[in-house]
Amino acid sequence: MSTQATPTATQASPASARPTHAAPTVAQSVWLVATREIMVRLRSKAFLISTGILLLISVGSVVAGGIASQNTTLDTVAVVGSAEAVVESTGAFEIMAVDDVAAAEALVRDGTVEAAVVPNESADALLPVTVIALESAPLGVTGALSVSPDVQLLDPAETDGGNLAYLIAFAFGIVFLMSATTFGGTIAQSVVEEKQTRIVEILMSTISVRALLAGKVLGNSIMAFGQIVAIGLLAAGGMAVTGQRVLLADVGPAIGWFVVFFAFGFVLLASLYAATASMVSRQEDVGSVTSPVLILTMIPYFLVVFFNDNPLVVAIMSYVPFSAPVGMPLRIFTGSAEWWEPLASLVILVISTLVVILLGSRIYSNSLLRMGARVSLRDALKR
Amino acid sequence: MLDIRGITKRYGTRQVLTDVSFTVGNGRMTGFVGANGAGKTTTMRIILGVLTADAGTVLIDGEPVTAGDRRRFGYMPEERGLYPKMKVAEQLIYLARLHGLTPHAALRNTSDLLERLGLSERSTALVESLSLGNQQRAQIAAALVHDPEFLVLDEPFSGLDPIAVEVVMGVLAEYAAGGAPVLFSSHQLDIVERLCDDLVIIGGGEIRAHGPRETLRDAYSSPRFEIRTHGDASFIRDVPGIRIVDLTLDSAGGHVVFEAETDAASQLVLQQAIARGPVSAFTHQRPSLATIFKEVVQ
Repeated sequence: MSTQATPTATQASPASARPTHAAPTVAQSVWLVATREIMVRLRSKAFLISTGILLLISVGSVVAGGIASQNTTLDTVAVVGSAEAVVESTGAFEIMAVDDVAAAEALVRDGTVEAAVVPNESADALLPVTVIALESAPLGVTGALSVSPDVQLLDPAETDGGNLAYLIAFAFGIVFLMSATTFGGTIAQSVVEEKQTRIVEILMSTISVRALLAGKVLGNSIMAFGQIVAIGLLAAGGMAVTGQRVLLADVGPAIGWFVVFFAFGFVLLASLYAATASMVSRQEDVGSVTSPVLILTMIPYFLVVFFNDNPLVVAIMSYVPFSAPVGMPLRIFTGSAEWWEPLASLVILVISTLVVILLGSRIYSNSLLRMGARVSLRDALKR
Repeated sequence: MLDIRGITKRYGTRQVLTDVSFTVGNGRMTGFVGANGAGKTTTMRIILGVLTADAGTVLIDGEPVTAGDRRRFGYMPEERGLYPKMKVAEQLIYLARLHGLTPHAALRNTSDLLERLGLSERSTALVESLSLGNQQRAQIAAALVHDPEFLVLDEPFSGLDPIAVEVVMGVLAEYAAGGAPVLFSSHQLDIVERLCDDLVIIGGGEIRAHGPRETLRDAYSSPRFEIRTHGDASFIRDVPGIRIVDLTLDSAGGHVVFEAETDAASQLVLQQAIARGPVSAFTHQRPSLATIFKEVVQ
């Protein structure tokens, strides 16, 4: 065996093919780890199926909403004589003209029409018509025929908030909750997988622990973010196609901010998931060790659902890092946030994300080689 | 050359390593032996930078090892592991790229190595679907795929079938022959004895003995000799400076084990035996590694 040969025969190749010593930069290492995470996720049937279902649900709900708002079929009303002109002027009903009151009553009785409107000749009547219905006063008909006084608003609301705000809050909340728990759980499992299968020691001997953590968080954040953007685009496209452009214009800015806040909020939670998961050695223990993080994810969801009409709670939530991704877009939508408030809240979120990443990477690097019993938080935070 | 100097490590109040120093020379197969818990794995982890030492340094050719140098090491941890749900080749390419290889070089090294280790046919199989022996081969491939300049292998032979042991021994020997320092630990002292040039024996977190294998065997050998004669061997009792350990006389001649105070005394025995008849064997009994190990560690 020749002494100047390269270590193995198979590797006796030109020097140009041995770039071993040019260590990859941290960014390259992070990217390699991230692309592996993405590749593994894209290959997972469970991930593809759940994403497909999520996208179908979001498209379906938008389309269903559009159809429901268009297909409000007009109630049919039977009219007699001069009452026809009165009902026609409301434009709110399908009109079926009949010859006399008896015929109109017959139609009401057999349910062909919602109600009948017949002329009222008496002099003291406010309106020149009488409404005939079966069991109770038909509010739709009486409402349409009523006369309302003029209303002057001193400070008109920009949106007819209320119900819609609730729905928007609910939607932000559920999207954030679903993404954070799904991908947070995935990160946690992937951390424990590396620890349980012991490949982590090879990885640690190759790249820095921080690059490993950053790559995991980055890869899964890209996936979560991609999912959110896909849902957002599909929802917006669905609204445009089904002619809900007005709604899109109202919700658009809030969705935009939601995406920005989500990006940072997700990184924060992802780092927490990775750090806490690194403290255990078995998949079975992931659930219990990450449950505090799950609670931190759930809180904004429930706060949004239960307190969306309480300005004080929503204002506080919009600054707390864990709930800001849900709270601040909601306030932007309802128009209760000053222009600088999203920026201030974003700064708080970014700073807390950085702090969590620093603490998280310390927990992570202190815990990775400790097999067996769960590592205590105090040990994990030691320098 | 890999130089380990004065490494000390404690976990809490437990002292794991005390002033551990030894060198792994270029092209030297260095066996690292010690009982369970003696500190082998901790030492190796510190060399690889997976753990940090409380004191002491690791030098490469006289320079302290840096984070960037880690990529020049091929490391096989005692706790084996690869991603179970990744394909064999894909996994090796990933590890090679993490070590800084270009995609092209990573691919070429992977297929070469799988060929050498007899795993080519399984290259697209998931790691979890491999037999235990093949998983071990894949693990060895993972340590070698990036053309390392130094090898640090923790128990590379445990769990291998005899054929795989031969394959791995061959690969390691080639690396050493190519000038790479190779450090490996093993409980299988017979393999260490066959394979290594240098020995490092650790016990209780301290280096008990280290140096070239033959030097150690000389140092720990007793002045014991063995002779087989065809003539009468009973004369040996009367040679000055000789103490008989075991003497067997039969019709064919004699078989004697004796201790000599000096080399001259043992040579005198040989001369006199030849004068009396044919001598079929004369050996200086030297201790096996297992004997030295027991003596040094206890």
